[in-house]
Parts: sequence; structure tokens; C-alpha cells
Amino acid sequence: MRKLTLAIAVIAPMLGHAASAEDTIKIGYIDPLSGGGASVGEGGLKTFQYLADKLNAKGGILGHKIEILPLDNKTNPQESLVQAQKAIDAGAHYITQGNGSSVAAALSDFITKNNTRNPGKEVLYFNYAAVDPSLTNEKCSYWHFRWDASSDIKMEALTNYMKDVQSIKKVYLINQDYSFGQSVRADARKMLGAKRPDIQIVGDELHPLLKVTDFSPYIAKIKASGADSVVTGNWGQDFALLLKAAADAGLKVNWYTYYAGGAGGPTAIKQTGLDHQVFQITEGFPNSGNQGAMDFEKAFRAKVNLSLWYPRAVNEMRMFKAAAEKANSIDPVKVAAALEDMKFEVLDGGQGVMRKDDHQFFQPIYVSSFGKLAANEPFDEENTGWGWHLVSRVDTPQAMVSTTCKMVRP
Amino acid sequence: MLELVVISTLNGVLFGMLLFLLSSGLTVIFSMMGVLNFAHASFYMLGAFFGFQLTKWIGFWPALVLAPLLVGAIGMAVERYGLRNTHKHGHVAELLLTFGLAFAIEEIVSMIWGKSPLDYRVPSLLDFPAFTIFSTNYPAYKIFMLAVSIIIFVALLIVLKRTRVGLIVQAALTHPHMVGHLGHNVGRVFMAVFGVGSALAGLAGVIAGPALVTQSDMAASLGPILFVVIVFGGLGSLPGAFIASLVIGLVQTFAVALDGSLASAFGPLDPSAGPSVLTDIWNVTIAQVAPIVPYVLLVIILIVRPMGLMGTRES
Repeated sequence: MRKLTLAIAVIAPMLGHAASAEDTIKIGYIDPLSGGGASVGEGGLKTFQYLADKLNAKGGILGHKIEILPLDNKTNPQESLVQAQKAIDAGAHYITQGNGSSVAAALSDFITKNNTRNPGKEVLYFNYAAVDPSLTNEKCSYWHFRWDASSDIKMEALTNYMKDVQSIKKVYLINQDYSFGQSVRADARKMLGAKRPDIQIVGDELHPLLKVTDFSPYIAKIKASGADSVVTGNWGQDFALLLKAAADAGLKVNWYTYYAGGAGGPTAIKQTGLDHQVFQITEGFPNSGNQGAMDFEKAFRAKVNLSLWYPRAVNEMRMFKAAAEKANSIDPVKVAAALEDMKFEVLDGGQGVMRKDDHQFFQPIYVSSFGKLAANEPFDEENTGWGWHLVSRVDTPQAMVSTTCKMVRP
Repeated sequence: MLELVVISTLNGVLFGMLLFLLSSGLTVIFSMMGVLNFAHASFYMLGAFFGFQLTKWIGFWPALVLAPLLVGAIGMAVERYGLRNTHKHGHVAELLLTFGLAFAIEEIVSMIWGKSPLDYRVPSLLDFPAFTIFSTNYPAYKIFMLAVSIIIFVALLIVLKRTRVGLIVQAALTHPHMVGHLGHNVGRVFMAVFGVGSALAGLAGVIAGPALVTQSDMAASLGPILFVVIVFGGLGSLPGAFIASLVIGLVQTFAVALDGSLASAFGPLDPSAGPSVLTDIWNVTIAQVAPIVPYVLLVIILIVRPMGLMGTRES
């Protein structure tokens, strides 16, 4: 009798586990939760967990609860594949990742192979932040969907703004030495050259990804070059430390960035005292003026105690729900088909579309600057008292770029 | 150009002194005990986290004294209850113990403080530009770091070479039994040396924490370069470590400042003009490879002069 009780005690929880695994939609969240990218990865995780909680509170997706599986990839492509396999073994049919295009390329390739080898057990890859253009061009995959604007879309919008700023004469490029940083640098050279041939590129730097602890030698070089503006795709500690070193050395230039708003960035900008001289390009920001987005921001900050850094994650999860409902299934193959060419009202207002040709999501893009807030701008960042201010908005049709993707469909 | 040279020299010296601050404790432990302490960078990390926590509670200046003492106490406990027992099994066992300890400390730190960077600020007393040269500011805090490094270097040299304490410590390494017969407690001497070495690492942590990033991977990111410093300078040689720190700081800073590539060395005969698989290699600039330059130096010195710059023995 005692043995039987024991056996039941051991087996019963397992059964319960198996039953709930059938019901829940597991999403493997593969991003850095340790190392130099940890601050960014943890913010993303909290965002997805918040979104999952919100959806679950309203009955989940087609009655299925959503569960986020946090998996630490240390920003390492090799480690990411191990984690992806772990997610699949744990029953995840959806994987989401964002930090590091080198990781994204490896994951996209891994999942494409996995789906070819295991028909009936397909996995979808939702990319919310890896912006290397090649992922929706020469390396495109049917199983990969990207909600962030790719690097060339962002650079197109950024240079459209920069070309009208007559005071820009000398530009310095500093980027991380990997696929994304290299694409920022190449796009900046090409687009600035075409739109403002009079602008001089006085420096073009690549530094190791998330390894530099002291940027003062780089700042000295920027200063010596006489640049008036710096263009950088740096993110995470690579941005915060770059600005910290600039603040220490008293470097006064305009910064055109992709990710100035990431963890540590706003604090560093406030330290430099560069009021509305640091610009960033995003698909949304807290003070965008859209009522729905601002309500969401308020609730998010109250619960998570972070500012919403990934409006695209909101779009991703909401659109996932809409696609599953349209397909009336949570089967990845049907969801993928439903997502193609799907139009969707994004968080910050305006209509976006998931293009069928390359699975890139196109949406309105904003250039904003960081500094003292106006009366109608309620949100500051990292308790600095400063926040993001709208500089220019690019609508979806103007934020579209062509693709060379030759999609292989199953 | 002059501007870049002057500023790079300053930056190089400042970075070099930080490296020395870190490697001094490691050198002391190695030269006095013959233990290559793999957990040294972890003690440095503990120093930074203790410094952060104590600064929050009681302010930066008390933390500057208390945190190294705490780390030193942990170091002494490690020697007393860990290293002393493994000592009889030889150096490999000691090495493995410190190696395991490094992982354990990293995990414990990330369990307590999380994996994100902490908001560890420079104390407001030192938060101003000390001087301006070529319109570049030098923060007072960096000058403070420089001063502390030099004070530690001088103090260590005097204690080890000019006092009775230093004499006993050095004798204990080569003739432990003789020193014991003279009435000194050799075990306690080793424990104190390990404690002082760890405390120095802790001090480096408290000071470097606000200047660099305080997070749970800081040990892993600075650990390897410390070994470069002490091997390059000569294992166990304090002046060697001092010179090596300066050389590595300067080399790394100047490498960043240089834009030349292999291809540009050929002038108009640029070999990268023709398409080939080697194009990328020809066009890599010195700035891009700056972070690996110290490791290349390490390999070269091991081939050319295995005992290091100022080392006296080969192992």
C-alpha cells in the first residue's frame, strides 16, 4: 500500500505536467541573460512575460495559456542552438529572439533545417530585434518573421532626417564588429554619400562586440577627427559605456543612434548634458502621443518598473494572437500562412504589414531626441527627468525597402 | 596628431595603472606562496559588489576601507580551510581549487545581485574634471585611481624588500621549516599573505567598479588579461608587473588609435585590390585587432623570454 501511494505521489505530478503541456503555448525566449547583453535580455524577458500575462488574463490564445521559457544564450550563436534544441525538447513550437544578428542568422538556419527534417513538428521563429538586412534578403527563411525594422530601413529614415540638417559636416561612424555593426556602417556610407555628398566621413571604427570596458581611447580618436556628429548602432553596455566615456572626456557632438534608449543609455546621456542632441530611430517611443500606446506604457511601467523598450514585442504577441485566431489553430504551419501579408494596427498607431515576399514587418518609424520634456510629454527615462521627444515620423509606405529574398515555401 | 599621441599616452597610463592595481595582489600571492590564484579576478568582483552595497548603506569612503577588509577575510578563510588542506597534494590541486572557486563566486554573486549591471556611481566628491588638455577632460576619479595604484606599488615594495615582515614572508616560501624552527607560525604567514593579496583585489574592485561596469561577468572579462600582465612582467615580480601593466595599457590604447591595415602598408601596390578570399585579412585595421594585441605579446614573450621581463626563474 505504501509503495502504491509512493508511486502515485511520484507519477501524479508528471501526469499533471503532461496534460498542461498539451494546453499551453510555449514560447522559447532565447536571449542573453548573463554577460554584457544581460541588461537588454532581462528587459526583453520581462516584456514578454508581461505580454503573456496580459493575454492569459483575457483567456490566452484560442483558450490556450501562453508560457515564456527563458533560455540564456550569452549572446553566443553556438549556445543559442543548444538552447533552441532545449526549447524544442520542452515542447515549444515558437521561438523568439532579438539580440544579436549573428545569433539570429544561426537560429534561422537551425530552425529551417529542423522543420525540413521533422515534418509535422515545425517551429516558428519570431525575431523581435535582430535587424541585419540579410535575414530578410539573401538568408531569408519561410519560418522566420521579423517585427523590428531592418537596419537599412532605419538608416533610410535616419539619413532622410540628417540630410536636412545643414550643420552636419563631418560624421564619425563607430560600430560593433559583427554582421549588424558592419551593415550599419555600410548603409550609412552609401546613403549619406547619395543624399549629402558634401558630408565628410572622418572616421569609421569597428570595435569588438560587448568586450570593451573603457571607451576613452575611441573618444580621443573621435575628438581628434573633428567630427560634429557620430552615427552608431551600438546597443547595451557598448552604448552606455561609449556615452559614459564621452561624458567623462567632455566630448560635445550630436549622436545619431539606433539604440540610445537601451538600459544605461538615458543615464549616460543625462550625464553628458547633451539636451536634445542624441537621436534615436524606433518603431515607437513612450511620448509618441498615441493614447493607446501611452495607456499601455503607464500600465507597463506600474507593473514591471521599466519603460517599454520593445513596442515591437507588443506588436509581435498581439499579431501572433490575431494570426492564430484567423487560422483558428495554434499549429505553427497554419499560423505562418495566416501571418503572410497580414495587415495590423500597431501599438503606436498606423497600419503595418507583414510582407509575404520576405516576412519583414513594415510599420511607421520615428526619429526622436532625448532631453528636457514638454508639458504634454509625461514619460521620462531611468528617473533622469529627461525623455524622448518626437522629431520626425515616417509612414509605412515611405519606410519600405525592396528585397532580394527568394522565399522557399514548404 | 600630437593631440592624439598625448591623449592616448594619458589614457594608456590610466588603463595600465588600473591593470596594475588588479595584478598586484595576484603577483604578491604568486611570488610569496607559489599559488597561481585563478579566483583572483573573482575577489576583485567581490570587492566591486561589496563596495557597491556598502556605498549604498554607509557611503563610499567607509566602503573603500571595509570592502577590501571583508574580501581579505574571505581570502584568509579560503587559505585556512581550502588551500592549506590541498597544499600537500601539490600545485595542481591548489590550482583546481581556485579554478572551481572562481565559478562558485560568479554564480553566488549573480544569485544575490542579479546579472544586470549595477548603478555604481563615482562619489560626488571626485565627480569633476581634474584638468583639461586639448579640450579633453580628465575626471578626478581617474587621477584618484592612478594615485592609489602608485601608493600601493611603493608600499608593497617597501614592505617586501625593506622590512622584517617581508624578510620572514620571503624566507617562508623557500625555507618553511627553518622559519618555523625560528619560532614563526608559517601557516599564519601564508594565511596573512593570501588575505593581503585578496584584499588588494577587493580594493581594486571597489575603485574600478564605478569607472568600469559592475556586473557578474566582470571577473571573466578582466581575468585573462591579468595573467597576461603577470606572465609578461615575470611571474612573481612586482616591478615586472608594474612595467607590464604600463606596456599593455599603452599598447592597447595606441593600437586603437591607429588606422593602418596590412593592405595600406603596400601603398599603391595594395594587394587587396584584386578580389581574393584574403581581402578581409588585408583590410583589417590595427584598431580592430587592438583587443588581441596583449595576447599576441604574451605568446611572443613566452617564446623569446620565458621567464618574462623581470622574472628570475622559469616557472
